[in-house]
Amino acid sequence: MPQLVFKWEWLPKLAQGLTLTAEITATCIAIGIVLGLILALGRVYGRHIFYWLASAYVQFFRGTPLLVQLLMVYYGLPSWGISLSPFISGILAMGLNTAAYQAEYFRGAIQSIKAGQMLAARSIGLSRSQAIRYVILPQALRLVIPPWSNELIYMLKYSSIVYMVTVMDLMGVARVIAARNFRFFEVFIITALIYLALVLIISWLLRLLERRVKIPGLGAER
Amino acid sequence: MASNVILKVEDIHKRYGREEVLRGVSFSLFKGETKVIIGPSGTGKSTLLRCINRLTPPDRGRVWLDGVEVSHPKTNINKIRAAIGFVFQDFNLFTHLNALDNVRLGLLKIKRLDKKKATEIAMMELERVGLAEKAKAYPAELSGGQQQRVSIARALAMDPKVILFDEPTSALDPELIGEVLEVMTDLARAGMTMVVVSHEMGFARSVADEIIFMEGGVIVEQGSPEQLFTNPRQKRTGEFLRKITELYGEAS
Repeated sequence: MPQLVFKWEWLPKLAQGLTLTAEITATCIAIGIVLGLILALGRVYGRHIFYWLASAYVQFFRGTPLLVQLLMVYYGLPSWGISLSPFISGILAMGLNTAAYQAEYFRGAIQSIKAGQMLAARSIGLSRSQAIRYVILPQALRLVIPPWSNELIYMLKYSSIVYMVTVMDLMGVARVIAARNFRFFEVFIITALIYLALVLIISWLLRLLERRVKIPGLGAER
Repeated sequence: MASNVILKVEDIHKRYGREEVLRGVSFSLFKGETKVIIGPSGTGKSTLLRCINRLTPPDRGRVWLDGVEVSHPKTNINKIRAAIGFVFQDFNLFTHLNALDNVRLGLLKIKRLDKKKATEIAMMELERVGLAEKAKAYPAELSGGQQQRVSIARALAMDPKVILFDEPTSALDPELIGEVLEVMTDLARAGMTMVVVSHEMGFARSVADEIIFMEGGVIVEQGSPEQLFTNPRQKRTGEFLRKITELYGEAS
């Protein structure tokens, strides 16, 4: 069995990478929520051009690899005269990608709200957009938390692909340290444990949120 | 008398695919009147109610509420709907809001009252249906009968010109029907204008000013409860009333 070697000096560098990973994940998730909600509303309530645009968007970004999307943004856009930094390219590609997935989670939740809720909202005189805002979304957004938390965890882990465009996120830093010290196993196991810890913390926070916004009397206590 | 007509329904047609559910229905409703619509299931009663406030747009025909044509394309349908209460068979309370917020939502978002005034009115309506002490309870924490009473309070809060009841007791356990009918009876006696689709014959008999018997998408017969129960003009009316009375009993 080979001898394992760990060095404390790795940790501050990994922490720097971790900060970047957190920034990228948080930003692209935020982009994804806003754009994903718009897409989902387009897919559920939109007619004609809105429905088709939203659907085409979702199909394209779900049907092609994230890595291809990232490389297109970073290496492809400059030939159209748009040069983005590696960091911005990463956020843009991941934000556009997660929006498509989040849209599908939102759509599922919106469509699972019973039709009677919309009817009742319209019957007291709310417009359709008021009904969506005050009646449908507050219920759908509660329902979407468990499936949506998968997407958040997925994005956190797969943000590691930004090292492909030279961003020094957690994964990027880990590769450099590992290569310089020739300690691949040790560095990557530490890196994996850091990702795992983050995922566990996020899952716990989302369960907390879910419990906090739970509608009294509905569903089983967990 | 014509000036007292609050709701006028004229020649409503509605088709779902190949089946014509409504084949020309017309009636008028006077202020303070309670009309009960009865008839076999699949006869278009619920569709008729939904055509009135255009939750389901009719294919043909016109509806007026207090002189305003509901069916006119330029009419602000949201404004009209706020003046027409609608009580659903399965209540459809907003599940994420407590009883008070269910009743208050329209007052805040449509009538744009301030919170204090809206709360005052909402509490008054909850009081009226006997549920003031359940104001903070969520729909899932209420019995079916209580949910339906909250939904009646929700309709009342908007101060509607007429309330449409779509089989308000048929999703309820038998022991919960009474409390809802009691609220509806009180409303009718207090002069609320109502159209009620229901098979509660006891209620129809004691509260309705007029009963409409529908079958096959048309009105077969309409008249006072007295006339329909004792001396119906159409043979079908008598048959249906006998059958339904056997099934549901007369008392309520």
